[in-house]
Amino acid sequence: MQLISPSATETEVKSERPPASPARSRIRRASIILLFLLPSVILYTVLVVVPIIQAAYYSLFRWDGLEPLVNFVGLHNYLLAFSNPVFLETFAHNLLIVALSLCIELPFALLVSLVIGKKLPGGMIFRAIFFMPFVISEVIAGVIWQFIYRPDGGLLDAILQALNPHFQGGLWLADPRITLICIFVVIVWKYFGLYVVLYTAAIQNVPDEIVEAARVDGATGLQVTRYITIPLLGTTIRLSILLSVLGSLQIFDIIYVMTHGGPIHASEVFATYLITYGINAFAMGYGSAIGVVMFLTCFVFALMYQRFAMQRDVASSIAMQEA
Amino acid sequence: MKRREFLASMGGLVLASPLAISACGNTSTGSTTGNQKVTINWWFLDGQAKQNADWQNVAKQYMKAHPNVTIKTTIIENQAFKQKLATVMQAGQPPDIFHSWGGGILFNYAKAGLVKDLTPDLQGGWGDSFSQSALNVYAQNGHNWGVPWDMGGIAFYYNKDLFAKANITQLPTTWSQFLQVVQQLKSAGITPIALGEGDKWPGHYWWAYLATRIGGKAGFDAAATQQGAGFASQPFVEAGQRLQELIALKPFQKGFLGAVYNDEITAMGTGKAAMELMGQWAPAADEGQVPKGKTLNLGFFPFPMVEGGAGNPNDVFGGGGGYAVGKNAPQEAVDFLKFFTSVQVQRAFGKAGYLTPVVKGASDALTNPLLRDVQNMVAHAPYFQLYYDQYFPPAIANAVLDGTQALYAGTTTPQAVAQQVQAAAATALQGS
Repeated sequence: MQLISPSATETEVKSERPPASPARSRIRRASIILLFLLPSVILYTVLVVVPIIQAAYYSLFRWDGLEPLVNFVGLHNYLLAFSNPVFLETFAHNLLIVALSLCIELPFALLVSLVIGKKLPGGMIFRAIFFMPFVISEVIAGVIWQFIYRPDGGLLDAILQALNPHFQGGLWLADPRITLICIFVVIVWKYFGLYVVLYTAAIQNVPDEIVEAARVDGATGLQVTRYITIPLLGTTIRLSILLSVLGSLQIFDIIYVMTHGGPIHASEVFATYLITYGINAFAMGYGSAIGVVMFLTCFVFALMYQRFAMQRDVASSIAMQEA
Repeated sequence: MKRREFLASMGGLVLASPLAISACGNTSTGSTTGNQKVTINWWFLDGQAKQNADWQNVAKQYMKAHPNVTIKTTIIENQAFKQKLATVMQAGQPPDIFHSWGGGILFNYAKAGLVKDLTPDLQGGWGDSFSQSALNVYAQNGHNWGVPWDMGGIAFYYNKDLFAKANITQLPTTWSQFLQVVQQLKSAGITPIALGEGDKWPGHYWWAYLATRIGGKAGFDAAATQQGAGFASQPFVEAGQRLQELIALKPFQKGFLGAVYNDEITAMGTGKAAMELMGQWAPAADEGQVPKGKTLNLGFFPFPMVEGGAGNPNDVFGGGGGYAVGKNAPQEAVDFLKFFTSVQVQRAFGKAGYLTPVVKGASDALTNPLLRDVQNMVAHAPYFQLYYDQYFPPAIANAVLDGTQALYAGTTTPQAVAQQVQAAAATALQGS
């Protein structure tokens, strides 16, 4: 089959055709674009948009998932949620994880990638090692760390006792005061590799000439980092903040596997709360309300963030277009 | 042209094939008997390896006798089972045969029409073969929604060697004696009690039993029918106070608040803790965790009486296991259940120590003295109370589980727990 016609005949044929009107060609272009987008749009609508609308609808009812949908209660489920101290505690835990990620995980990843930099010998090996926990499934990671945190003979206790013979052994995940911190350590272990890879890739793109010019001008390593490298990493840093916040709001598998949200709700987050008190308690309306709250939190944050913080990065996106 | 036609026909085939495959798949459309190929989906709980194998053997025996029937087994751990069942129930696709503890949760499913009504099948011989009190756990308003194969009570299982080491010569019969035993064990450097409170349900046994001893049947019935202060009444508050007396002695193993039931089994099996308050499956479960070369000598004693309580010292709090049949199950599923609850199978499993039989003529098959003790206890109980977290709808169950866990963590008061349960009961029990 001939896919490539000789260009001479092509242009001849083209020049003989009258030019299409601007409106027609725009419509044609738009419909071609739409056609190519259609499969993704259909999938997205069916799998994402429709369930969200359904959840919003279910959240207006009191429903156990088994009986027909008849008990309309309006916004009662939302009132219940926000007057429930356990749910408010859950909200606080999510915000805490977000704050800890932004203040500890990201700076730590940035530090590591700055150290690896462009030319550290074995840089590739380090990146691979740091990235490996990200590849393990969340459930496996949760199970592994459960062994490490075991109060009676776990790896962590054994190591600490070897270092300090007087150490009594901690409760770790069984202690409501520190269980969230212990889980956060696992979260950092698992995800900081992703950010290291992102940052080191971005660092590779810092032009050498600028750095050399700065050095010629007498800048120290620290000044180069502060005034040149980090600003040039701006896009990547802003992106990683977005990913990190959304990820922290939606975290589930690790926490559910390790502590089920307990003990006494000390590690409860949106997703575990939804599962335990919504789906498993046969309170589908209430669970849907929690889901909608979770969705709105993420959605509003993502929109606001893209509008205000990521302006220069997504200049061509809908958020920026005024006209 | 030719290629286009070929592509079109392939496309048509691909689109049509799921319909064709699903048409000749599971029959699962009500009562089909005879030689049609039938598949039964059977969900049962994960026991120890040998127990799972024996359970599977029952299916294999049935399949051999009925070549047209295929039984697909799904073995799931306790907590995961509760989760998975909830999901498929909400999707309206119940498994053909699934584990059930009876009580409010099963009746919720029945109300939604997801469970087969076994009352017609139980008329006559099959129904008469059961112990009536066991069968009643699965019955409501004259309808039978499941059949039991195990019914026992919660009691203490203790490590005889560890008790001897602590010089405990007499088993406690009152709550204060029990607290003394706990203190004796602690002074001897032994962890008195194994408890997997991370799962929440093992811990609620203590609170419920104390409430049973303090309030008795009258106290519970009054609360369940929402008379007076309901669950905020005195027996339930005092149950929390008595439990606090025990918690104050710090008798549990390290990290009990985050431990799951499997950790409790391990603690008992490896001799790390002296006793547990658990059900009739405990001896078999603990035995499975005993290290090679060691032996575990378990003893039995019932829950002690609480001084001044209104309950009968012989009242029993417990439950068992049973199976319910999904609405779409073929008639062969009911037939298989008849086989599973037959005297031979009950005798074999009773002898192996997996259950306390509920079928007449099988009770003397128990060889394990511990299970005979359980059986005696249940047989002589004037009042039998099913586990709270199965008896009640999920909202009340959650209130009980969360409230008791908070008691163990020391973050709440007995009054608050009772109030919490009462608040949940007030909403959930209205109009039932």
